[in-house]
Amino acid sequence: MTGGAAGGIPGGEPGAAAGATDAAVATAAAGATASAGATASAAIETHELRKEFGRIVALAGLTMRVPRGEVFGFLGPNGAGKTTAVKLLLGLSRPTTGAGSVMGAPLGDVAVRRRIGYLPELFRYQGWMTAREVLALHCELARLPRAEWKPEIAAALELVGLADRADGRTDTYSKGMQQRLGLAVALLGRPELVVLDEPTSALDPVGRQDVRRIIGSLRDRGTTVFLNSHLLTEVERVCDRVAIVDRGRVVAELAMSELTRGHGVSIRVTGLTGAERDLAGRYGPARLDGEWLIVDGITDAAVPDLVAALVAKGVAIHAVVPTRQTLEDRFLALLGADPAEGRGAIDTEGAADSGGPTGSSEAIPVRAPR
Amino acid sequence: MSTVGSIFIVARLTLREALRRRLLWALAGLTVLIVVLTWWGFGRVAEASPITGPTETLGISQVTVMLAFMFSFVLAMTAVFAGSPAIGPDIESGLLLAVLARPIRRSDVLLGRWLGLAIVLVAYALAAGYLELAAVVVATGYVPSDPLAAPIYLAGEALILLTLAIVLSTRIASVAGGAVAVVAYGLAWMAGVLGGVGEAFGSDVLRGAGVVARLILPSDVMWRGSAGALSPTDSVLTAGGVNAYLYRFSPFSGAAPSPEWTLWCVVWVVGMLALGILLLRSREL
Repeated sequence: MTGGAAGGIPGGEPGAAAGATDAAVATAAAGATASAGATASAAIETHELRKEFGRIVALAGLTMRVPRGEVFGFLGPNGAGKTTAVKLLLGLSRPTTGAGSVMGAPLGDVAVRRRIGYLPELFRYQGWMTAREVLALHCELARLPRAEWKPEIAAALELVGLADRADGRTDTYSKGMQQRLGLAVALLGRPELVVLDEPTSALDPVGRQDVRRIIGSLRDRGTTVFLNSHLLTEVERVCDRVAIVDRGRVVAELAMSELTRGHGVSIRVTGLTGAERDLAGRYGPARLDGEWLIVDGITDAAVPDLVAALVAKGVAIHAVVPTRQTLEDRFLALLGADPAEGRGAIDTEGAADSGGPTGSSEAIPVRAPR
Repeated sequence: MSTVGSIFIVARLTLREALRRRLLWALAGLTVLIVVLTWWGFGRVAEASPITGPTETLGISQVTVMLAFMFSFVLAMTAVFAGSPAIGPDIESGLLLAVLARPIRRSDVLLGRWLGLAIVLVAYALAAGYLELAAVVVATGYVPSDPLAAPIYLAGEALILLTLAIVLSTRIASVAGGAVAVVAYGLAWMAGVLGGVGEAFGSDVLRGAGVVARLILPSDVMWRGSAGALSPTDSVLTAGGVNAYLYRFSPFSGAAPSPEWTLWCVVWVVGMLALGILLLRSREL
């Protein structure tokens, strides 16, 4: 997928991402204007959506609102009803009770699917076809004008890094390649909403990074992305907002900016006495863990003052690391789970494959406050 | 694009799949083989017993009907094994998820699959049927009572079984669905034989059982139409000392279906497709 790093998302010109993005945004805007009333509505809105399979309640009453143009993370432990919710949103399943709308159309509306791209969790494509043929089929199914097929397909293949394997049968593809193909399928036709159900489950770290980049491109052109994942670090890096669902209900909805705000500082010190510790205590609850002085609740702006005060008192400072609450922390707190057990549902795989807002806290042998 | 447009997209996809998976080539190869064998075999029969009168004609006609029966069996199996994996495996593998997330209805998928496979089966039935009949005529000189109609009835039988298999595939695993369809086909044929016996011997119970079986699965209506079309004309039968009326009720004979039965076959196919759509719509993906 790295081959497509410089390319725009399908609908744009590879290698000329900025101009293409403008054009795509203009097209999306024109489409949005055409559907009067839809502009004001959320991309996704559900009210007490409930789904039962016999006696099993998969969704107990999902109420949420996904604003247009945001990358929205949909999180939850295994069996929380995430994939069921996605199927309801796409009209692949019918709710037992409740209502909702997607891009201004009621759930189950067939025509609105023209404006939606979808990568299923269980991605599988016609094994007897080549990737190029699969994409052509989806161009046809999505009712794209035939003149657009070729550039759309070429851009999608380039973007997901399958351009050099485009004419190979998909049953010869690895799982990761099939998932890349699924992503290409989801991006065809400049969809206004892209629903990605566990989009990196079969990808290596490089592939995951590329997916993050693609999601970023989608956000830049104003596309709403609904990301269903239990890879918290992935969600943390790309989402503007997340909803955490448990036992079929949204238990929390929060903006990532709120989550990643500083929650304290860890300072590696030597020569610290009780007096200096008391000094640190003026900025917030302070404690010592080995060589690390941890001050909770201190604002980012006050950190330089604290450091200067400690230095003035003769304390040697070796490292200053802001501590932040991670999504995982919040997730586990909300679900009432023991972090050590992790409820078997949290996958923090990929935490070390790049930096990011929480990357710095990995050096600190302490947990952030909850 | 309309629903019809969506159906044609899926039908074309199904045809391409049949071509790519070499189903069409396999059927074409088998057809050539069977036609050559038919021509050779019937040539030997004609050599041993050339048609000089009604008795020989009757003999050749019986062998022809037997050949048609074997061909109808092959067609039935082809229909069942093409139709039974048409929907279910695509649901189980997740392949349909990506397709149905597009502006296309489940009914379009089912009807498109049916249409694509129906085109394959009808083309195969007509091409192979007429070629085999041509081989029989060339090798023996025997011309059945209605040679043009026989392959059409066989194609009708294949469509009925294809419909059954596809409807089953919406809810039952392909192997199980295929087995059910094959057993149902066999039972329908046997019920047709019993119904014929009931007609011949005036048994209302057997006649009624035959009618009920045909109502449930009318594949035997089409088979009997084909067998009747391949039988000699009544004048040949009478000249051969055969009661033409009773002959129609033998297991390897028959008569063209009445307009009512023909209509029922059409209604049955349409009704079953509607049932299949309902079953598919209510299935959780």
